[in-house]
Amino acid sequence: MNTRVLPLYATLLICIIAYAACVFQFPAMFSTRVAGNLLTDNAFLGIAAVGMTFVILSGGIDLSVGSVIAFTGVLLAVLITRYGVHPLIAFAIALLITTVFGAGMGAIIHYLEVPAFIVTLAGMFLARGLCFVMTTDSIPIDHEFYAMLQGLFYRLPGGGRLTFIGLLMMVVFIIGIVMAHFSKFGSYVYAVGGNRTSAELMGVPVARTTIGIYAMSGFLSGLAGIVFSLYTSAGYSLAAVGVELDTIAAVVIGGTLLTGGVGYVAGTFIGVIIQGIIQTYIVFDGTLSSWWTKIVVGVLLFSFIALQRILVFLSLKRTTATSGG
Amino acid sequence: MSRLNTAALTKAMPQLLSLMLILFLNYLAFPGFFEIRLQDGRLFGSLIDVLNRGAPVIILAIGMTAVIASRGVDLSVGAVMAISGALAATMTVSGYPVPIVILAALGAGLLCGLWNGILVAYFDLQPIVATLILMVAGRGIAQLITEGSIVTFNEPGLIFFGTGSFAGIPMPILIAALLLTLAIAVVRRTALGLLIESIGINRSASSYAGLNSKLLLLVIYAFCGVCAALAGIIIAADIRGADANNAGLWLELDAILAVVVGGTSLFGGRFSILMSALGAVIIQAMNTGILLSGFPPEYNLILKALVIIVILLAQSFSSLGGWAFLKGEFRSKGANRQ
Amino acid sequence: MTDKPGLLTVEGICKSFIGFKALDGVDFTVRSGEIHALLGENGAGKSTLIKVLTGVHQPDSGVIKIDGQAVNVRDTQHAQNLGIGTVYQEVNLLPNMSVADNLFIGRQPMRFGFVNRKLMEERARELLAQYDLHLDVASDLSRYSVAVQQLVAIARAVDMSGRVLVLDEPTASLDRHETEILFAILRQLRARGLGIVFITHFLDQVYEICDRVTILRNGKLAGCALTAELPKIELVSLMLGRTLAIATHNTRRDRPVPAIRQFSFKGLGRSRSIAPFDLDIGEGEVIGMAGLLGSGRTETAKILFGIETADTGHVHIDGNPALIRTPQAAVACGFGLCPEDRKSDGIIGDLSVRENISLALQAQRGWFNRLSGREQTVLADKFVKALDIRTTDIEKPVKFLSGGNQQKVILARWLATNPRFLILDEPTRGIDVGAHAEIIALINRLCDDGMALLVISSEIEEIVAYSTRVVVLRDRAHRGELSGDEITASNILGMIAAEPEGASA
Repeated sequence: MNTRVLPLYATLLICIIAYAACVFQFPAMFSTRVAGNLLTDNAFLGIAAVGMTFVILSGGIDLSVGSVIAFTGVLLAVLITRYGVHPLIAFAIALLITTVFGAGMGAIIHYLEVPAFIVTLAGMFLARGLCFVMTTDSIPIDHEFYAMLQGLFYRLPGGGRLTFIGLLMMVVFIIGIVMAHFSKFGSYVYAVGGNRTSAELMGVPVARTTIGIYAMSGFLSGLAGIVFSLYTSAGYSLAAVGVELDTIAAVVIGGTLLTGGVGYVAGTFIGVIIQGIIQTYIVFDGTLSSWWTKIVVGVLLFSFIALQRILVFLSLKRTTATSGG
Repeated sequence: MSRLNTAALTKAMPQLLSLMLILFLNYLAFPGFFEIRLQDGRLFGSLIDVLNRGAPVIILAIGMTAVIASRGVDLSVGAVMAISGALAATMTVSGYPVPIVILAALGAGLLCGLWNGILVAYFDLQPIVATLILMVAGRGIAQLITEGSIVTFNEPGLIFFGTGSFAGIPMPILIAALLLTLAIAVVRRTALGLLIESIGINRSASSYAGLNSKLLLLVIYAFCGVCAALAGIIIAADIRGADANNAGLWLELDAILAVVVGGTSLFGGRFSILMSALGAVIIQAMNTGILLSGFPPEYNLILKALVIIVILLAQSFSSLGGWAFLKGEFRSKGANRQ
Repeated sequence: MTDKPGLLTVEGICKSFIGFKALDGVDFTVRSGEIHALLGENGAGKSTLIKVLTGVHQPDSGVIKIDGQAVNVRDTQHAQNLGIGTVYQEVNLLPNMSVADNLFIGRQPMRFGFVNRKLMEERARELLAQYDLHLDVASDLSRYSVAVQQLVAIARAVDMSGRVLVLDEPTASLDRHETEILFAILRQLRARGLGIVFITHFLDQVYEICDRVTILRNGKLAGCALTAELPKIELVSLMLGRTLAIATHNTRRDRPVPAIRQFSFKGLGRSRSIAPFDLDIGEGEVIGMAGLLGSGRTETAKILFGIETADTGHVHIDGNPALIRTPQAAVACGFGLCPEDRKSDGIIGDLSVRENISLALQAQRGWFNRLSGREQTVLADKFVKALDIRTTDIEKPVKFLSGGNQQKVILARWLATNPRFLILDEPTRGIDVGAHAEIIALINRLCDDGMALLVISSEIEEIVAYSTRVVVLRDRAHRGELSGDEITASNILGMIAAEPEGASA
């Protein structure tokens, strides 16, 4: 009945059908090994997408995600490899910087009343530029603590591995879901995205919420950067180019309205998994190239935006029918 | 539009001064900066280089100016460049004659622009959302055309557009200058300039005045698509190949930046194509300056970020009576904040 | 009722915006346990008064007192704390969130740092039960009708503030049944001792539920009385600014009625907007259109001009069928429209006076047949002189002109296209007295020159003065037509104030 959940159901259905179709063609894809890899390979994307979900729910957008991931990776590599800082301390420094960075963008967006896309665009340039200032080389990270974290996994029945970073992504998603639906902050995010003016009149602290949202996106991009650095064991300034688009796509395919106010963090998880399934299928197929991912994601993006547009149109029609011009 | 009178010159002063400052800094970093010499019938020199390398962004900025003036934005131009470059390269390798190749590549850009325009004008999607679709899918389409590889070609007719010269002037500069002249002439000789500004400032009132704003929006996005395709051809011709992954990467952002540096507001309305082109030259002069002073080219990004921040700050403080006020009026906050 | 003390009192409130005085020394008192109607046409100052009461605007001068204590309402939050809760007409709640969220956002019950949804939903159910409203409080607010959303907003406002409740057009989009439910709740709240400010344009509802009426007109207090002691016809005349004692002469009654009516609209209508109507207009006549706000005046204009498409009916021009589904088509038929909302639908604020005047003609001539700068200047100069548009310079952005001059610029924009049929929607609203008289003189002049005009106005004397015929609207339908000697202010007022025929939804 509720049309708001419809995109979420559509996503879930697409995800199941896609996976079933893959399994039908390549039965080997039905294994915990593939499932485990799906989580591991997309861990950084998923973590960043949680932050992006909050940003888009509030009616904004964050284009700096990919650059912040690369920045974090390079920063960690420089701190650990060049300066011998313990990874845990390096993690803390990186998260602090990215959170402050996000909060700064949020403050500019709110107080200067500038469109989020142009502010986060500047953020994207800045973060990517800072990578290059630190180094233009790919710096490997070779530290026993990294090796320890990378070696952590839970063996699933059937031989699959639930790695530390895969698990971390799941935890972030769970925390994200709880925050979205069971915290005051979460309700404020939906309120700001639903109607900023109403939210303000109803006493929602819009300034604090906006800054908080971008700070959170910065923090999660930083965390995604840490995960990415664990995943690749290196820091490289040209890493994670275009990841912001992948995360936005995951959020929209997950059923979140790009205009804000409606959506589910859980949907984003499915959006990430759908992208992962497409990539896995391409790997299994062997003849298809990876660029099919972009086209399929583009088509899905269009379908979901069109679906949302139709739903909005229908509900508008219903409202005018009752209110009568 | 901006007649070349003193008023227009005063308005352009910040941009002109910045350009002069950047050029001067370049001169300090590289004393031979202003030297221009004629070699093998073609002009060479750092200054020529700035214009030559800046040409694709100038062309993009011309189309982007119209889009931004209509209160929109086109995020897909980089991807459209990749598509047109890929098509041009692939068709050349398949042996099609150069004129057909050029027309096909431009046609692809037109189609992309029409797609964006239909979504924005007739489906009422926000421009940033509508063009995001092609931004994501476009590179995939480009790779579909090149089948994932970097297609290189040796057709002198096509390469001429990237590295050739006419009357001593490198082709990219010539093409950009021609398009610039053409665009300015169209804006001045037809009513399009007035009508675009009108729908950018107040689309509802423009419709009440009997303006077909939907069709106009469609044409604007289509034009932007064609500009992107043209820039894509030049870049492909320059590197003698099409790299679907990297051709035009981030150039949509450079184009938007050029328009903003040129003084057109992101909230639509008054625009000047010439100033946007100047903005593109400023950006390229910065790029070249960084190269000349021996820094890695990527340092630019920080500089660009700072430029955006400075412009945003300047705009929001100078136009308190402008859009910031208009937006505040709908929210009670403007009055609440004391 | 009169002996009750004032719960909320404002004295001598003034508030000016750039160029005009929205409130000019207004007094207003709400007593505990009364429903107080606040009436006035658009631009009378109702919404400005409400915004001053709720802290959105700060008054330039005057005092606000609660329980006799002068207060300075800092912002909406502060107003809520002082006990003034407001339910706005459009900007309402958050339809994308649940009913319970809407009732408790910002003050949700917490447990272990998390929102205690169970407790919140329980409280929401209890709260709504007071209003005999039993909803699934966990589902989205948008699932419920506008009426229910309105009640939820009231429940929230009363729960948070609880002394004065301001309702801005709460019944605008409710049907009869829903309105009755709302009224039952308002009576219940009145019995609890709340002071309720009720803004509406439905006069029947004023008599049905309100104890007292305050009428604003042009930013000034036009009257305040007990509803029971104020006949409806007097109320309407207070709103429309006419004292019945003064007779206004129709200056046009001697004008020959055109033999042919070139513009014929038959059965034009749009469901839920305006009931099908017939209208014939000939060149050289002015049709006045009278009716209160929300009676379907603007809707008529929009359908005639193709901004909204008609569901039914057809149009004939000079006896030939015409299809008008877009403003472009209307302009091609020689129509022009000066819209009611000048700012959002009329002027292109950042463009110059010259460009604003040239716009419609340019749109008509097409993209490639440009009016040269010189032609634009000649055109603009001509109209600046002809209409006496006061501007220092035709290159000045039109947003810096006063309201009256902006109106003249829009008029000039259409006159430049040499229209055959011009629709003016509230051409004299919000402009000063001098410009007002000039625009009326212009209407007469255009009519003499053989143009067909349709003028919508809230000013009855004005309509009487220039109309050859008058169409009266009520409840989204054309209710009658007056011509010749029938055109008098009292006849018009009588038709506006007439009891609705049958049930109107």
